[in-house]
Amino acid sequence: MGRETPKQQQVSYTVEQLVAVNPYNPDILPDLENYVNEQVSSQTYSLDANLCLLRLYQFEPERMSPQIVARILVKALMAMPAPDFSLCLFLIPERVQMEEQFKTLIVLSHYLETGRFRQFWDEAAKSRHIVEAVPGFEQAIQTYAIRVLSLTYQKIPRPVLAEAINIEGLSLDKFLEHQAANSGWILEKGHGRGQLIVLPRNEFNHPELKKSAADTVPLEHITRIFPILG
Amino acid sequence: MATSRYDYEEAPGTYDDANRQDIGYDPNFVPDSVKSFVVHLYRHIREKNVYEIHQMYEISFQTLSDRLFKDTPWPSVDAVAHYVDNDQVFCLLYREMWFRHLYARLSPTLKQRIDSWDNYCSLFQVVLHRVVNMQLPNQWLWDMVDEFVYQFQSFCQYRAKMKNKTEQEIALLRQFDQAWNVYGVLNYLQAFVEKSNIIQILEQEKEGGEQFTATDGYDYSGGSNVLKVLGYFSMVGLLRVHCLLGDYQTGLKCLLPIDISQQGVYTSVIGSHIATIYHYGFANLMMRRYVEAIHEFNKILLYIYKTKQYHQKSPQYEQILKKNEQMYALLAICLSLCPQVKLVEETVNSQLREKYGEKMARMQRYDDEAFAIYDELFSYACPKFITPSAPSFEEPLVNYNQDAYRLQLKLFLYEVKQQQLLSGVRTFLKVYSTISLGKLANYMEVDEATLRSILLTYKHKTHAVDSDGKIISNADVDFYIDDDMIHVVESKSVKRYGDYFLRQIVKLEGVITDMDRVKLE
Repeated sequence: MGRETPKQQQVSYTVEQLVAVNPYNPDILPDLENYVNEQVSSQTYSLDANLCLLRLYQFEPERMSPQIVARILVKALMAMPAPDFSLCLFLIPERVQMEEQFKTLIVLSHYLETGRFRQFWDEAAKSRHIVEAVPGFEQAIQTYAIRVLSLTYQKIPRPVLAEAINIEGLSLDKFLEHQAANSGWILEKGHGRGQLIVLPRNEFNHPELKKSAADTVPLEHITRIFPILG
Repeated sequence: MATSRYDYEEAPGTYDDANRQDIGYDPNFVPDSVKSFVVHLYRHIREKNVYEIHQMYEISFQTLSDRLFKDTPWPSVDAVAHYVDNDQVFCLLYREMWFRHLYARLSPTLKQRIDSWDNYCSLFQVVLHRVVNMQLPNQWLWDMVDEFVYQFQSFCQYRAKMKNKTEQEIALLRQFDQAWNVYGVLNYLQAFVEKSNIIQILEQEKEGGEQFTATDGYDYSGGSNVLKVLGYFSMVGLLRVHCLLGDYQTGLKCLLPIDISQQGVYTSVIGSHIATIYHYGFANLMMRRYVEAIHEFNKILLYIYKTKQYHQKSPQYEQILKKNEQMYALLAICLSLCPQVKLVEETVNSQLREKYGEKMARMQRYDDEAFAIYDELFSYACPKFITPSAPSFEEPLVNYNQDAYRLQLKLFLYEVKQQQLLSGVRTFLKVYSTISLGKLANYMEVDEATLRSILLTYKHKTHAVDSDGKIISNADVDFYIDDDMIHVVESKSVKRYGDYFLRQIVKLEGVITDMDRVKLE
């Protein structure tokens, strides 16, 4: 029981459907592997499908493909700040994690988790073969960097930003212009030390914007006293 | 019920233990009290007297076990079958209880483990593919799922200790490689969820279409509750299995149809309530959703505190106490990583201080000793992780039963280490309202670039992303940076006036109602 899949499938299921309906099935392993490659080439992402595959690798370690696992991890890294990378690591045996390419990816993740962007970009440059295999990697990490910076800074000095997103000089000028035009960034003159970038206001870098949830009372709670008021 | 032995090193099921089992044990001898037990239980099941079934299952079975079968198995099913018309379903149920008793009081041999698997397969096939016309107590149905997962976990632990396996055991393992196969276990649980249609039932119930929770899962229109309730409890079973595998995301997904902010069938059995919240909390802890974990642990620890006296006589009591202690340890971990004491209720907090006050203080120092304590508490409180794959039969045979646990522990401590410097930042932020980066870097004895990294880490780790992609801050002390100045933001605990008034209104109404009832003489 359990291992059967319909021999003749009139309807072809999408991979997402397979994962939702019949995830504990060794026969879908090739589909899931293809799906990883599809995610890489079409710049899409599905954590659930990738976790499903890592589970199947856990059940049948001899079928594990290190290349596919590496791709899953790179995609997970690109999903930061979501904790997807560690969720994947939980399912990968320790001896596999000791292999060179995985140790590198773990180091890269460590740098991103601890805000060490300069070290991250240095290490990524040394491991081009791993990260260049996945299109969109650079942009994804830059997006994450900006996200974290936006939680932290109201105004950020240009060199700090440059280091975090690994863009300098004229490219950075163009980038900043684009952000100023489209994302509400404001470029200021810092006191003598060059440019200051004013990041958009949100409740995390501007605490006065924080909606005071404490003062609101949900309607369901008020309904408790309707019988009394009535 | 799942045994209270959650020790890591289980007693090995060697052939010597089997002999110990057999001393003085005649599987064919049926004492009168047992004959009476099966005859009455059989009748009650046929007549659908759920209350009587529950009494016999919960109390009589325990009493007889304590009195007659302290360290031997119950009579074999073959010996009792003719008292119950050789009823196939009853015999499967009896055998399930028989094995559960064996696991609880004795050490199962490999053959017995395999036979128990076969029995579950037969029993589950009946429920899934035949029309079953029974109503069984929720306690029993929960115990079945709980025990099924427990025996799977126990088998994986047993199988992973290859070093001292005898030749017979290895031969049996090779021959019966489908027994307790991870695919089989997961697919049975999944099959229950699907065949029972429980997810749709719960959905429709929200819109008023179905009755399930309102009747505690029982069927009052002449049908059976067995498939539906097994389907329901299987969702908790799936959460549990996924936690054992280290897949927390999927585990939580499996539980999603159950709304744990409300009462439900999962709270109708204390064992199920605790198992659900324990695994839910643990999964959230590993996913860094500390606030959510603290919230749920707080609720259930308060609940156990208030209600455990009512379970003192129950066979689950020991297990309740054990899980209680483990959840306090997990709560201590969560609060050390995410200091939000205001989330914890007064009673729970004082219990927590008593048990782990000193250890929590040391954990927040983040020195070597701190890591040792994190290690200790995690190891004490974590689930018994498993390696689900089949063993290698190549020489040399090794024991790999600790591998899964070691991996989860390692990754957990890795996360703790990444948060090491945050404690220092917190201390300073609590003292200053503004401070320049240069000055703070000086105090913390790091350079400015490092300080910027540390502050980014603080922001990243205290702003978790929830399941909907929203950012939730769990920082007790927060800040923002303006060029090179840090501005501290203390999150004040705002008085919830609305809630306060609502509570008082309801309370006053209660007092007035009581007064109205008093007749003045």
